[in-house]
Amino acid sequence: MEEKIKVYVVAALLAVIGISIALYKHFALGFPLLPDARTEVWTVEAKVEFQASGVPVLVSLALPYEQDGVAILTENFTTPGFGFSQIDQPDGSRRAQWTRREADGKQTLYYRIQVYPATPDQKTETHAPTPPVPPEYDSAQAASASALLDEIHTVSANTETFVTQLLRALISDPLSQNAAFLLGDNRSQPHVANTALHLLSLAGIPNRIVRGLELEDGRRRQNLVDLVEVWDEGHWKVFDPRTARPGLPAQFMVWRRGDVSLLDVEGGFDSKASFSMLKSYRPTRDIALSTAKDNRAALVDFSIYALPIEEQAAFKTILLVPIGTLVVAIFRILIGLRTSGTFMPILIALAFIQTTLLWGLLLFLIVVGAGLYIRFHLARLNLLMLGRISAVVTVVIGLMSGISILSFKLGLYQILTVTFFPMIILSWTIERMSVLWEEEGPREVAIQGGGSLLVATAAFLMMSNSLVAHLTFNFPELLMVQLAVILLIGQYTGYRLMELRRFRPMLENR
Amino acid sequence: MFLANPFRLRETGLLGMNERNTFIARYNERRLYPLVDDKLKTKMLAEKHGLAVAKLYDVVREQHQVEVIGKTLEQLDSFVIKPSRGSGGKGIKVIVGRRGDNWVKASGDEVTRLDITRHISNILSGLYSLGGKPDVAMIEALVAMDPQFEGLSYEGIPDIRIIVFCGYPVMSMMRLATHVSDGKANLHQGAVGVGLDLGAGKALFAVQYNRPCKLHPDTGLPLNTLAIPHWHQLMCLAASCYEITGLGYLGADIVIDQQRGPLIMELNARPGLSIQIANNIGLSPRIRRIARESKQVSRSVEERVAYSMREFCSEPSRVTAV
Repeated sequence: MEEKIKVYVVAALLAVIGISIALYKHFALGFPLLPDARTEVWTVEAKVEFQASGVPVLVSLALPYEQDGVAILTENFTTPGFGFSQIDQPDGSRRAQWTRREADGKQTLYYRIQVYPATPDQKTETHAPTPPVPPEYDSAQAASASALLDEIHTVSANTETFVTQLLRALISDPLSQNAAFLLGDNRSQPHVANTALHLLSLAGIPNRIVRGLELEDGRRRQNLVDLVEVWDEGHWKVFDPRTARPGLPAQFMVWRRGDVSLLDVEGGFDSKASFSMLKSYRPTRDIALSTAKDNRAALVDFSIYALPIEEQAAFKTILLVPIGTLVVAIFRILIGLRTSGTFMPILIALAFIQTTLLWGLLLFLIVVGAGLYIRFHLARLNLLMLGRISAVVTVVIGLMSGISILSFKLGLYQILTVTFFPMIILSWTIERMSVLWEEEGPREVAIQGGGSLLVATAAFLMMSNSLVAHLTFNFPELLMVQLAVILLIGQYTGYRLMELRRFRPMLENR
Repeated sequence: MFLANPFRLRETGLLGMNERNTFIARYNERRLYPLVDDKLKTKMLAEKHGLAVAKLYDVVREQHQVEVIGKTLEQLDSFVIKPSRGSGGKGIKVIVGRRGDNWVKASGDEVTRLDITRHISNILSGLYSLGGKPDVAMIEALVAMDPQFEGLSYEGIPDIRIIVFCGYPVMSMMRLATHVSDGKANLHQGAVGVGLDLGAGKALFAVQYNRPCKLHPDTGLPLNTLAIPHWHQLMCLAASCYEITGLGYLGADIVIDQQRGPLIMELNARPGLSIQIANNIGLSPRIRRIARESKQVSRSVEERVAYSMREFCSEPSRVTAV
C-alpha cells in the first residue's frame, strides 16, 4: 500500500512539474499548444523618395519602437549605395540614418519591418509631461476657440468626455460656426488632428500627436494617420479624431509619438515617405522560438532547440518513442494483448512513419510471409540456430532489395521505403513466428502477429498524429507527464480487458 | 455478454495477471529464478534434498556429443528428451517404444534417429530456451503411468500442478493430455484441467478450453471419479519445494510413477492462472490468507500441508458438483 502511495506522489509531482513548464512555455513564451496555430505577421514597408541635388545627402527616418500590442519580428533596410546606421535617441525612440557623399537625381530607400500582435505588457509612463504651450491665435481665432471650448466644457463631465466632445465638434456635419471658422477650408485628417491639439493646448490639457498606420492587407502608398493623445489622471489616453472615440483603432501600428519629424532629408528635395503593407501567416511556434531565443529564455536556451538542426530532426523521432512505449504499456497491461517481442511494435511503427500505414502493413506481411516460407525450407537443412538466423537475415535483406528493385522498375516509389524496416528485428520476428508455428500452430502465430501489428498500428497512429508530434517536440517536458502515466499503469493490479473474456467462464460456471 | 463484469469477477476472488505479477515480484527473488528455469538445476537441487525426481539417464551439453548419444539411445526403448531451459513444455519429446530402427512417439508417430539427433541439436542451439540462449538436453527415464489413470489421459502422462504459496499448497489441478493437445499437458493447447480438492485429492470440477466438461473428450471416461493416490505424500513433496528453492510463489508439477510414486518434474516461478478456471475458484483470497498466516507463525512442511488440507478442503456439496 505504501509503495502505491509513493508511486502516486511521484507521478503527481512529475505531472505537475511537466504541465507547469509546458503551460509556462505556452503562456509566457508564446509556444502554441496546437500544431497549426499561426500568427498573422504584417510586413510594413516604408519607401522614402527624394530628388538629390548633387551634394552630400543625409536622410533620417523615424523608426517605430516596440509598443503595446505589437512586437517586431524582423527589420531590414535596403540601402543601395548609401551608408546606413541606426541611432537610438535618449527617449528610447530610434531613427534610421542613410548617408551618401554625393547623389543626383531620384533616390529611393526602403525600410521593411515585420510585426505581429503581442500581448500588451502595460508599460506606464510615470513622469507627467510639461504643461502645454497655448497656440498663437489671432484675436478672432482666440475668441471662437474659447467660445467653442466653453460650449464643450458645459456638455462634458471630465477630461475624457471633454476630448470626445471636442473631437466630435470638429467632425460633426454640419460644423458649428466656431469649429468651421477654426478649421478653415482645410478639412484634411492631419489638419483636423492638428486643430484639436491646438485647442487642447489652449484648454490646458497636456497633449501630443500619435502617428501610425492602419494595417490593412495589400494597401500601398499609405500615409500616416494622426491620432490625439492626452494626459489624464497619470496616463496617456489616445483618441481617434476621425471617429472621436477613445482608444487605438483596431489593427493600428503606432509609428511614433510626440512632435518628432518623420523624415528629414538634407541635400535633397521633394522628399516623401509612403507606406505599403502586406499580411501573411507564419507558424506561431517559429515566432515564439525566435523571440525566446532573442530574449535568451533559459528554458529555450538549454533545450533541444539549442542543438544543430540535424540533431533536432533526430530528436523529433526519438521523442516519439516514449509515446510508442506508452501505447505498448496500455495494450499489454490494461488490455492484455499478446505481441511478438515487447517493443518490436514500436520499431515497426517507426518504420510505418516512413512507409505510410497501408504500404507498411503490406510490406511487413510480404517480407515476413516470404521469410517464413523460406525459413521452413531452411529448417530442412538441419542448421544450427545461429546459422539459421543469419541465413534469415540474409534472406530478409535479399527480399528487401528484390522488392525495392521491382517496385522501382514498376514505378511504385512508395515501396522503396521498405528499407526503413529494421532488418534484424524482422529476422527475429520470422524466426520466433516459425518456432511459434511449429510449437503452437498457426493460430497462435496469427494471434501474436496480429497483436503486434495492431499495437504497431495504434502506436503509428499516435506517433504520426500531428498534435502528438508537435507536443513531444515543442514541449519535451511533457515526457514527465508520460512518465507519470507509465508509473500509474505500471502499478495497476486490476484485471486486463482480455482477462474479462478469458475468465468469463468463472462466472458462467457458477 | 462478451466480457465479464470485473466487479463480479473480483467477488470470485480471481487473481489477474497484473496482480499475480506483483506477488511474483514480491515473493520470488530474481536471483532464485535460475534454480527453476533450469530443469537440470532443479533436478540436482531436489535430489540433494532427497526429494523424488525422474531418473536422469544422460545430459548432452556439446554438439559433438550428439552423435555419441545417438548410439547410447539405441539401447533404450523409452525415454524423454527435454531442453533444460525450455518453457511451456516446448521441445519435450516423449519416446514410448521402438518399431524396427525407428522410435515411436507418444502419439504413435515414428521418429528416426536423424529426427532425434536434430532435435537434440536444436535444443543445444537454444531453439526452445528463453531468449535463444544455448541450452543443454536432458535425457530422462519415461515415467510409467499409474494404471489408475488409464483412459484418463490420452497419449501422455497426466501431471498434477500445485500452486505453493510461502510453502502452503493453495490450489491444485490435474492436467490430462488429450488428442488435440498432442500429448502435452498445457491447458491452452487443449489439455483437460481437473481441479482437485486440496483436502482429499479428488476431482472438483473439470474444464477443457475453459468450458466445463464431465467426460474425457477422447476416451469418454467420467472425470468426477478421479482421485489421486498418495495425496498426502504428494502435497508434502510440493510444499517442500518452498524450502529447497526459497521461492514464495511457485507452481510444482508432479507426476505419479507406477513404482516410485510422486516425482517432481519441474518447478515454475511464474505459474499460470488457468488453474482457477479448472477449480472454478479464485486464488486471491487463499494467497492473501497465507500471506497473513505465514507472517505470524512458521510451520514445518507437515504442519503446512495439514493446514492447507484442513482449511482449503472443499465443502462436500462442491465435490459432487462436477
